[in-house]
Amino acid sequence: MAAGKTGGLKRYHDLNGWLFVAPSVLLISIFLVYPIFRSLYLSFFSGKGMMMKFAGFGNVARLWHDPVFIQALTNTVVFFVVQVPIMILLALMLAAVLNNDRLKFIGFFRTAIFLPCVASLVAYSVLFKSMFSVDGVVNQALMAIGLIGTPIGWLTEPFWAKVLVILAITWRWTGYNMIFYLAALQNIDKSIYEAARIDGVPAWARFVHITVPMLKPVILFTTIISTIGTIQLFDEVYNLTEGKGGPANATLTLSLYIYNLTFRFMPSFGYAATVSYVIVLMVALFSFLQFYAARDRA
Amino acid sequence: MNLSRLSGTALQYAFLGLAAFLSIFPFFWMVISATNTSIDIIGGKTTFGDAFLANVGKFFTEVDVPLIFWNSAKVAVLATVLTIAVSSLAGYGFEMFKSKARDRIYSLVLLTLMVPFGALMIPLFMMMAKTGLINTHIAIMLPTVASAFIIFYFRQSTKAFPTELRDAAKVDGLKEWQIFLYIYVPVMRSTYAAAFVIVFMTNWNNYLWPLIVLQSNETKTITLVVSSLASAYYPDYGVVMIGTILATLPTLFVFFVMQRQFVQGMLGSVK
Repeated sequence: MAAGKTGGLKRYHDLNGWLFVAPSVLLISIFLVYPIFRSLYLSFFSGKGMMMKFAGFGNVARLWHDPVFIQALTNTVVFFVVQVPIMILLALMLAAVLNNDRLKFIGFFRTAIFLPCVASLVAYSVLFKSMFSVDGVVNQALMAIGLIGTPIGWLTEPFWAKVLVILAITWRWTGYNMIFYLAALQNIDKSIYEAARIDGVPAWARFVHITVPMLKPVILFTTIISTIGTIQLFDEVYNLTEGKGGPANATLTLSLYIYNLTFRFMPSFGYAATVSYVIVLMVALFSFLQFYAARDRA
Repeated sequence: MNLSRLSGTALQYAFLGLAAFLSIFPFFWMVISATNTSIDIIGGKTTFGDAFLANVGKFFTEVDVPLIFWNSAKVAVLATVLTIAVSSLAGYGFEMFKSKARDRIYSLVLLTLMVPFGALMIPLFMMMAKTGLINTHIAIMLPTVASAFIIFYFRQSTKAFPTELRDAAKVDGLKEWQIFLYIYVPVMRSTYAAAFVIVFMTNWNNYLWPLIVLQSNETKTITLVVSSLASAYYPDYGVVMIGTILATLPTLFVFFVMQRQFVQGMLGSVK
């Protein structure tokens, strides 16, 4: 009797559980799980358009002899290796300063620094493109304060084009990360800081020895999110460089290369899928590394 | 000691001031440039000009603004409502009706957070081509509705939902869907508001997938239009600025109206 009742309850519990999660699980299966396996399958085929034939690991071999792929891979790595740490550090510093309630106009500063997050990736890329033209406002300002003597070719010189992309992403995402840190900081007991201050611990040491360790889980979370985002970089480079990833492929990212392979030229679905798996592996590897590194030190 | 504290404070203000200036300047630049000619914009003019009406006029003749705006609004609002509906059902379901099997599926769902869109776009494109959905707004919405992040977000927030409310409702004889609709949804409204802000912004600003799927001028969203205007060989930046303003206004509006929920929601998702 009692067992029967529990069985009924269990069935009721189970039926409702499945009903609630079913729509999402179904959608995720169709639009996320199926495509990711389909991509893997496609990566074993070569050919243009719909004329595809089995190629085994031929596409993987092709990767190593494809200078454009190597360039796209290098660019992508450079972007996140340089950009993510700069942004995370900036966001942390901003959050630490903004957490100081004794400063005036805190609300204004918070909102202002968060504001770039509301700009669409396309809109801000276009704005940056116009601001960083050769005779544009940024070059003029830099020359006015004497940082540079002649205008920088932000969109025409490979090195500076990379710098521009990094500046742009940093502008767009620093405030976003800052909000996460600020939220976490507000959960930290203020008396810890007071005690450290009374003990004469300088501000930088409070930052390094209190703020950063306390925020470690959030820093890990945002680093993963940011790295994954930067590995997939597309909108910005596409819109800063008219879809070319120029100059001379200096800003070509893996996502842009996949797009070009698939939708710009005669589509090479199989090879593009292979390139896309490089992104999959990178994202998986870096998420794992970061997760592991943080757990080790916990 | 006091002097160093004072200079420390000054340094902090200088740091914040610079960061705030750099953060706001591109928005300021957008507004200024909307009143200038393309040549002035490229030349770095930082004062208001008198080309605003001309720019607006050109933008409205080159682009069917009401249609494009409607396309963007329709896609963004519908996709957002659908995403939040199915994801909150799932988040609630995973948390309230725990079982080993469902927890395993939940882990798989979270794993899809790591799946980059680049690895999905080719099969998704082929799927839409096969089902004849290329160049439709349905094709834009369907893949975005499946969102592991929003499911995660709702499951995390559900942990704070008082179970006594659910037990009381059960005693009163409410069915599970009634409990969800009449108790959970109203109680969690700030969670919903925050999710709305996040998802709406993502959908309104969505670019790569619409770029692949939408091919005619009648179906394009405002992001695509701004992008194609700006990628002309000699873009008319004055006109482009009108587009960026129109593309940015809705997200600015949503952000300022719902700023508190936004921050509240973020707090919930981190904890």
